[in-house]
This record gives sequence, C-alpha cells and structure tokens, in this order.
Amino acid sequence: MPRYDNRIGRNRSELQIRGTPVVSVMLGSMSATLVPMIAQAPLIPPIGLMMLIAWRLLRPEIWPLWIGLPLGLFDDLMSGQPIGSAVLLWTVILLALDFESQRHFWRDYWHGWFTASLAIAFALAGGWLFVRLAGNGGSIIQILPQIAYSIGLFPLVVRICAVLDRWRLP
Amino acid sequence: MAPPSKRRPGYDRKAQYGLFVSYVIAIVGALVGVLLLVLSIADPTGFSALRSASAEVTRPISSNLRALVIGIGNLDETIAAYINAGSQNAALRRQVDANRTKLIEADAIRQENFRLKRLLRLTETDTGVITAGHLISSTATSAARVARLDIGRSRGVLPGMPVRGPEGLVGRVLRSGPNTADVLLLIDEGNVVPVRRTKDNIPGISTGRGDGTVEIRALNTERNPFKPGDVVVTSGIGGLYRPNIPVAIVARLAGDRAIAIPLANPSRIELVVVQTPFRPAETAREDAANAAAQASNASVP
Repeated sequence: MPRYDNRIGRNRSELQIRGTPVVSVMLGSMSATLVPMIAQAPLIPPIGLMMLIAWRLLRPEIWPLWIGLPLGLFDDLMSGQPIGSAVLLWTVILLALDFESQRHFWRDYWHGWFTASLAIAFALAGGWLFVRLAGNGGSIIQILPQIAYSIGLFPLVVRICAVLDRWRLP
Repeated sequence: MAPPSKRRPGYDRKAQYGLFVSYVIAIVGALVGVLLLVLSIADPTGFSALRSASAEVTRPISSNLRALVIGIGNLDETIAAYINAGSQNAALRRQVDANRTKLIEADAIRQENFRLKRLLRLTETDTGVITAGHLISSTATSAARVARLDIGRSRGVLPGMPVRGPEGLVGRVLRSGPNTADVLLLIDEGNVVPVRRTKDNIPGISTGRGDGTVEIRALNTERNPFKPGDVVVTSGIGGLYRPNIPVAIVARLAGDRAIAIPLANPSRIELVVVQTPFRPAETAREDAANAAAQASNASVP
C-alpha cells in the first residue's frame, strides 16, 4: 500500500456516503446488547445517541429531523428501554439542536461539547424516568456516574465520527 | 465556525415547503414516541415479537463473546489467589477440618429431616427444573436491570418462571422468544420476593434497589429485626419462588429496612437454571377443590 494515497476524488458509492452515519449510530446502539456483561447498574454510555449528536455537530445537514423515529426505535429494541423512549427523546433532542443552531449561529468546540452534554444528560434522565414509570430501575443517583463519563467520553466519539467522515467522503 | 445552513431556504417555495414538512414529520414522530411509550408502560410484555426478533439477531454474537469476558472478569481473583497462597492454604486447611464435622452433622440432620417430612407427607419429589442456560448480555445502558438468557420458548422457558444459579436466586423471566428470554434480575426495583431469615423464620420482603443491592423489610415487627450478616432465603409464600433458595446477605441497616447484597452475583454466574413457578401444596389443593366444585356446578343445570 502506498504511503501517500490519493485522498481527493476517490470513488465512493452513494450507500457509503449516506449509510456510514446511519450504520455507525446503529452499531453504537447495539454496543449495549453485544457486550456480554451482566451489569449491576447502568454502566455503558449511550453510544448510539452520542454518535447521533456527534454527527449532528460535525455535519448539521446530514440528519433529517425525522431520523429520531427509525433510529430511536432501533435503539429502544437494543437497549431494553420501554419502546418509544428513545423515539421521543432523540426526536426532541434533534428539534432542540435545530432551534439552538438557529439562535446561536457562531459555534466552537466548547459550545458543541456543552450542548452535547445537556442533550446526553436530558436523554439519560428521561430514559430513567420512563423506566421508573414502567415500575423498574432504581434511584436517580445511579445514573449520575453514567451521565458524567458519557459527557467525558463525548470528544472521543466526535473523533471517531471525524475519522469515519474522512473515510466516507470522496 | 459558522455551519452551512440549509434551514434558511430563502425565497425558494419548494425548499420552504420541504422544511415545513420535515418539522411536521418530526413532531408527529415525537407524538408516535409518546404513544409507543404509553403502550409499552401500560403493558410491559407488549412488543415482545419485535423485541425477541432483535434479541435473536444479536444472540449469536454476544453468546460467543461471553466466554472471552468471563475469562477477563475472573482475572483479578486468580492473581489475588497467587499473592496470598501461603497464608490462605493454612487457613483453608483449618476451615476444611472444621467443615468436615459440620458436614457429617448436616448429613445426619438431612436424614432425620427426610424421615420427619415423610411422616408428615411433605416430601417434595420434583425440583421443578425445566432447563439450564447462560446469561449472555444485559441492559447495560438502561436504568432497568434486565439480563438476557440464551434459551427460550423452544426449551420451555415461559414468562413468570423463576431463574436461579448455584449460589442463589437470580430473578424471573420477563419475556421469552424462540431462543432467547429476558430475565428481570433480583436487583431491579420491579422484583419483589417474599423472604425469611434463616435463623428464626422472621418473614420479610426483598425489593431491588437498582444498584446491585436489595432492601429487605420485615413484615410484622415494629423495629428492624435484621443484623449485618443475616442470610435470607425465599419463603415460598405466595407461590412463584420455591422455598429455601438463598437470596441475600444483610450488609447494613438503614432505618426500618436492611440493605443486603445478593448471594448470586449475576455477572459471575456461569450457568442458571429455569424452574417452574412454585405452587404451595395448599393452593394446589384449593385449586383442585375449586375445579371440582365448578365441574359439579356445571353438571347441575
């Protein structure tokens, strides 16, 4: 393999360009159910949601507003949340990010991380509430560590999305 | 950096309508989410076809990865065992000697128990074991404490059946698909188990706390009768769980309740057993009597 291959004008199929973000979010959603670990408390960050937000910050135009419906449904099936939980929360997050980007036009790294932190905290707290309404789960204290390290790991997910983005585009 | 904006379509009518429609679809999507949520909270076993289909898809991957992770999970124990090998050897030898006499005594007591139970016609012949399987994954991102079993309906696993490991109670089956089943763990708040203290049969209720522990409340005493170190087992009251399955050991007290640690740690259990729901002898007799009464009522016009 040559050390310096051509990075401009490569052949990329439409499927690769449009499918990569979707597949990466779906793989993120599947991480919980694929990890063969019997968790005693919420342990794994919501990687599917973090991927979704990271793509949204990186390329604001790739997600149509309704993408929370199919991807959220898939996430619910994989994560074991009550069905409809991620459908609602992800759609609300996408709408909120949309309104936010209309109000605050200029943005930087810290701004993106901050909005993503709010979105992750909102999604985890909402997910806890819906599990609670269904009569399961436990106290809200147990999701606080999960929120903390999900926020801490978010820049890493953004890096992964950036690498995927370079691979996906021609 | 300012992002490229396609949310400001300018004077293009078609783009304006497209933007409007995308908002409408998103809000309808959110409402659909609310509807699905209400349905799934009202009926936790609903959507089981969808759920079990997705479980079937991920089952082969997680059950193959499982062997790997169990090896890693026990690594710390293996290393610790080497470090303390000398002193541990002596201590274990003393313990084995002490246990040998206790075992002989326990054997004699078991014999006597069996004889007495036979006198009272209380002997239970069946253990209710249907099948055995492995826990392969769990809801690690969610607040619900549900684990997935790699066996399902095809091996006779049905919702409501109790699941136990060699060390103690694990939970009960919530949903079951063709080759997978979801188990509501003992540590989930939705799992309530009637228990008794082994020493003196004080009855209590065990409820999960969602963080790996359970809380135990005594049923009929004013002050908290539990002490750290007490072991509770299932009492068999109310059916479902067979009596005398080890549940938890009390770690500390908190007001009128005791915080206990489950004896069966689901993340370390190799093999679990699915049992038939337990029905106490009296209930079974009552059911038979009711059935007979109904039959006689039916025969009288």
